[in-house]
Amino acid sequence: MHKSHTLPWAGLMIAAVAAVLLISAGVVVPYAIAVWVVWSLTLLISQPQEPLVIADQRQEGISRENLIGMIENAHSPLLLVDRKRVVIANASARALLGRHVIGQDVRVAIRHPRAIAMMNSDSHGEAIVSGLVRRKDVWRVSRFAVDDRTSVIELVSKTAESDVSRAHTDFVANASHELRTPLSSIIGYVETLSEHPDDIDSDTAKKFLDTILREARRLQNLVSDLMSLSRVEAEKHDRPDEPVALNALVERAAREGAGLDRAERVQYSQDGDFEVRGDPQQLEQLVRNLVDNALKYGRAGTPVDVRLSESSLGEAKIEVKDHGEGIAPEHLPHLTRRFYRTDPGRSRMSGGTGLGLAIVKHIVERHHGRLDIESELGRGTTVTVRLPRDGIVKFPVPTQTTETAGLSQEGG
Amino acid sequence: MISEHTVKAFDEDITRLRGLITEMGGLAETALEGALDALIRGDEELAERIVADDRKLDTLESEVDRLAVKIIALRAPMADDLREVIAALKIAGVVERIGDYSKNIAKRVGHIEGRTRFEPLTLLPAMGEVAAEMVHDVLTAYAARDPALALEVIASDKKVDAFYNSVFRNLVSHMVENPATISSAAQLLFVARNIERIGDHATNVAEMVYFAATGDYPLDDDS
Repeated sequence: MHKSHTLPWAGLMIAAVAAVLLISAGVVVPYAIAVWVVWSLTLLISQPQEPLVIADQRQEGISRENLIGMIENAHSPLLLVDRKRVVIANASARALLGRHVIGQDVRVAIRHPRAIAMMNSDSHGEAIVSGLVRRKDVWRVSRFAVDDRTSVIELVSKTAESDVSRAHTDFVANASHELRTPLSSIIGYVETLSEHPDDIDSDTAKKFLDTILREARRLQNLVSDLMSLSRVEAEKHDRPDEPVALNALVERAAREGAGLDRAERVQYSQDGDFEVRGDPQQLEQLVRNLVDNALKYGRAGTPVDVRLSESSLGEAKIEVKDHGEGIAPEHLPHLTRRFYRTDPGRSRMSGGTGLGLAIVKHIVERHHGRLDIESELGRGTTVTVRLPRDGIVKFPVPTQTTETAGLSQEGG
Repeated sequence: MISEHTVKAFDEDITRLRGLITEMGGLAETALEGALDALIRGDEELAERIVADDRKLDTLESEVDRLAVKIIALRAPMADDLREVIAALKIAGVVERIGDYSKNIAKRVGHIEGRTRFEPLTLLPAMGEVAAEMVHDVLTAYAARDPALALEVIASDKKVDAFYNSVFRNLVSHMVENPATISSAAQLLFVARNIERIGDHATNVAEMVYFAATGDYPLDDDS
């Protein structure tokens, strides 16, 4: 725009030179000046045409370069398709599909029949395709028509989600593996004991029997955890409505969860009286599991704080806090998955089944509560469960656990 | 990357030709994956759909033929363009064959009895995986004009052949021991044969891709 304000200096100079030449040719001075003024004015009047031309160019020039800039750094792979040809592929699309797709038929980039059928129709649409880059991956291909020849294609990876559904099917395989491990060591030790009773001195025999007992207990825990998990899951959708006095329940369950030998490490505190509608057995199990986890993964001898208080939204809040090594952030989203272990060896040594938090999660969901896990490496982990209080539910409560601490939904 | 041609319509024809080939490839790939899936799960409905879908491949193949002939007749392509068109013509035929073999596998799904207890069935998925991987890779190599990936596909044909031999031996000994299951086992023998042929055809496509990209035929090292 500012170009229109600059004076046409060259034109003005030519006009001035012409006036001087007229004077020197003998024309009277006022005439020469008049000619110069009229010439200069015409120059100035003709000026405003230029801005119009510039504006036109802008309108045309906006499309391609600006579009490239707009989509270039988007996280999801985007393709701009002009009459079946890929004209722009942004950085993530180039990384995913390769540079070669630019200028090629869009079918070269995405060859799945479902996607091609979708792209052949003129409207918006989406298709779930597999084998886009690698054989078993899953992507959602969405097409947005810009006008009748141009469209934008967005690719969203669904591989992780299809993995989650695969995790359900893997569950049986996992569970049988978990059950088999203790069984085979029990069988192994019992076989040794019964086949060579004379070669084994009483010390070794004692050691063997201890191992057998430990493995048998583990098996017992595992079976009872699996039972309660399937029970909780079966009733997932009907919300329990028995009135439960939380204070006494939490205190008792925390003590039970600790057992006699660890009871002094649990420090219970409460702030107000709470009554919720729920299933007392399941709530007890929830607290027991959390306390047991905190004692197991907290440093030996450090206290575990169990605190019952009111959340900022008026819910009953149960916090279980340990002073342990904490959990690395990358593990947090997976903690409620069945059989997920941050450190498989240690978890097995301490008798963990890998199902505790999965059960907790399902109980919380059934009670329409929320579960958060916060952890700081070196400082410890805090698990917070918030349960809507009886009769004072003023807002629709999400049925899922929140994901504020990076805690995603399940895995199982 | 092939540079732009002065005649823009020629460019468009080549692009369309490549688009058609990859579309055929996508169909053949899905047919193979689906046929293997149907075979393992005994899903006869899926198998029927695959048999029906094979027609699309035939239509596309004749479309490729027409377009390739038209390009040669009207534009008289030279050098790498000619290679591209010739390769496309040949690849279309081979991909169509891959689709046929997949259809053939799907057709046999209904002929296998007592599948839940039929132990030889467990031999085939791993073999199918390797062949499906080859088909997938060769199509990607075609799309990217990547001769290195094509060579890799050619190399993995040995794996399919090794699988075929062991599946064959297993099935034959299974038939000797359980004469009652011979008809089902014979069906599986044909399935294994089809998978093996698919591997060979994927190798053929890989050779074409290599040829189109470099102008040479890859050295045949298994003779």
